[in-house]
Amino acid sequence: MRTMDATQRGPALILRMLPFGRYTQGPGSVVERSMRVHSRTWVIMVSGFAEPVVYLLAFQIGFGALVGKVVGPGGQLVDYVAFVAPALLAASAMNGAVFETTYPVFFKLRYAKVYDAMLATPLGPVDIALGEISWAVIRGGVYSVAFVLVMAVMGLLSSPFAVLLVPAALVVSFAFASVGMALSTFLRSPSQFDYIRLVVMPLFLFSATFYPVSVYPESVRWLVHVSPLYHGVELMRGLAAGVLDVSMIGHVAVLAALAAVGVAATSRRIGALLLG
Amino acid sequence: MARDGEDDEREHLMVSGKALVKRFGGVAAVAGIDVEVRRGESFGFLGPNGAGKSSTMRMIACVSPRSDGELRVLGMDPETDGPRIRARIGVVPQLDNLDVELTVRQNLQVYGRYFGLSRAQVRAKAVELMAFAELSDRADDQVEPLSGGMKRRLTIARSMVNDPEMLLLDEPTTGLDPQARHLLWGRLYQLKQQGVTQIITTHDMHEAEQLCDRLVVMDGGQIVAEGSPSELIRRFSTREVLELRFAPGEQDGQLPHVADLAGRHEVLPDRLLLYADDGEAALEAAHARGVRPVSTLIRRSTLEDVFLRLTGRSLVD
Repeated sequence: MRTMDATQRGPALILRMLPFGRYTQGPGSVVERSMRVHSRTWVIMVSGFAEPVVYLLAFQIGFGALVGKVVGPGGQLVDYVAFVAPALLAASAMNGAVFETTYPVFFKLRYAKVYDAMLATPLGPVDIALGEISWAVIRGGVYSVAFVLVMAVMGLLSSPFAVLLVPAALVVSFAFASVGMALSTFLRSPSQFDYIRLVVMPLFLFSATFYPVSVYPESVRWLVHVSPLYHGVELMRGLAAGVLDVSMIGHVAVLAALAAVGVAATSRRIGALLLG
Repeated sequence: MARDGEDDEREHLMVSGKALVKRFGGVAAVAGIDVEVRRGESFGFLGPNGAGKSSTMRMIACVSPRSDGELRVLGMDPETDGPRIRARIGVVPQLDNLDVELTVRQNLQVYGRYFGLSRAQVRAKAVELMAFAELSDRADDQVEPLSGGMKRRLTIARSMVNDPEMLLLDEPTTGLDPQARHLLWGRLYQLKQQGVTQIITTHDMHEAEQLCDRLVVMDGGQIVAEGSPSELIRRFSTREVLELRFAPGEQDGQLPHVADLAGRHEVLPDRLLLYADDGEAALEAAHARGVRPVSTLIRRSTLEDVFLRLTGRSLVD
């Protein structure tokens, strides 16, 4: 028996470099659980879509009349509502993703022990992370499709590239869902959710969402560039207007990097918390 | 040739641990135990709170890496084959962690999906397991309003969804009323008849005597005794116990008159325990010496006597 174990050390060593039990079996069943849970709460799904639409109407009727035309991507003049709509799509993708992966995840992790139950099966932390994040992205995707349709109906899309708004929204969702879930694993009590609000609120307001980044003095613009939402907003705005350039690759790369870091951090944290 | 024999033996060992250690920080919750569980048997871990039972169970369930020593579960290494092992075992945790956002039926179906069973398979399995757990009439109810016994039955049913070869039951009946307990014991016996290996932790001695073919007593992270319930009673206690109850405070004074009537004795706040093979004879002898207790009781030794002898009467929290 001794000799057998010695020969098994080789591959075992490589596997040991991965944190214990993190190998993935496929996160599909984790997503399926969420679908079952939400099969009866479709009203919440509807409200998640209604909110950005109400915003859009407010900008169309109110601010739009007040502000008039603004300089959009590529220097062309656009209606204010057409300027702000793609940014709202990005912001709602962020808000939806953060909402879905913070309180519900905290509840399942700390109180309902849903993830402990999952880890007693062949599922591992990577499955849980990917499954929960995917669900947030799917849910966000449903909202985005509806949102883009509303934009089309309101005549806010001026380019066929606008169909790419939906995949772009999924990328934004993925980035924020995975970072949101990673952060949730550090929270210890429900009152600490205020910290997340404290981060999300300024991101929402200051990521060039409501006015172009040129409004800021040169010296603070780098701060806006740090905001992950800014990259989502710029991406969406360019796509909606049909003004594409290489900087978009950079925006996607930033969001993809966040997503990757978030998934890895979430898996690691779930492993550390539950597989002790 | 020798290898074949060894593999054969391994085939029958569901769990085999050697010098198994689990440390949390600097503290060893499990301090080097050797343990073997054979196919088809019901094996018990007994011990007071903090003895290391649950830590051992978590290592066997492949949700807690060992700190040192060797461990094989179903012939595989939990460190590298965790998911493959978990696919073939069922776990009943100490505290129910049913999915409160799902119904009874959905709990079973969704859990089955975690194991990669098909939708058709989990639909059929849920119906079968609800019947097994006598929950068919609550199939589409939420989990939260169920009684403690029902939740426990559902948790056990859920652990069966993948037709496991081995069940890990961490204090399966703690906190249940006698009816619920007996119903559960019946179900576990049924599973044993079907050949499902069971590993049970408990500090309920009656439960251990009811369920376990073989058990180990753990204390302070170590195994202090091992055997079948009757072997342990034979080895660590006498056939009978004579309990002599005195007026409060008198038992210490009476002790010198009766101490030599039994191989071992114990002084409790309200009585003297004499461990004697023949309780009747010891009682007669005590009477003959003029000892007049308020009341007397002769009973058979139980696993509880063994347990208290091995792990002491003081609280270990």
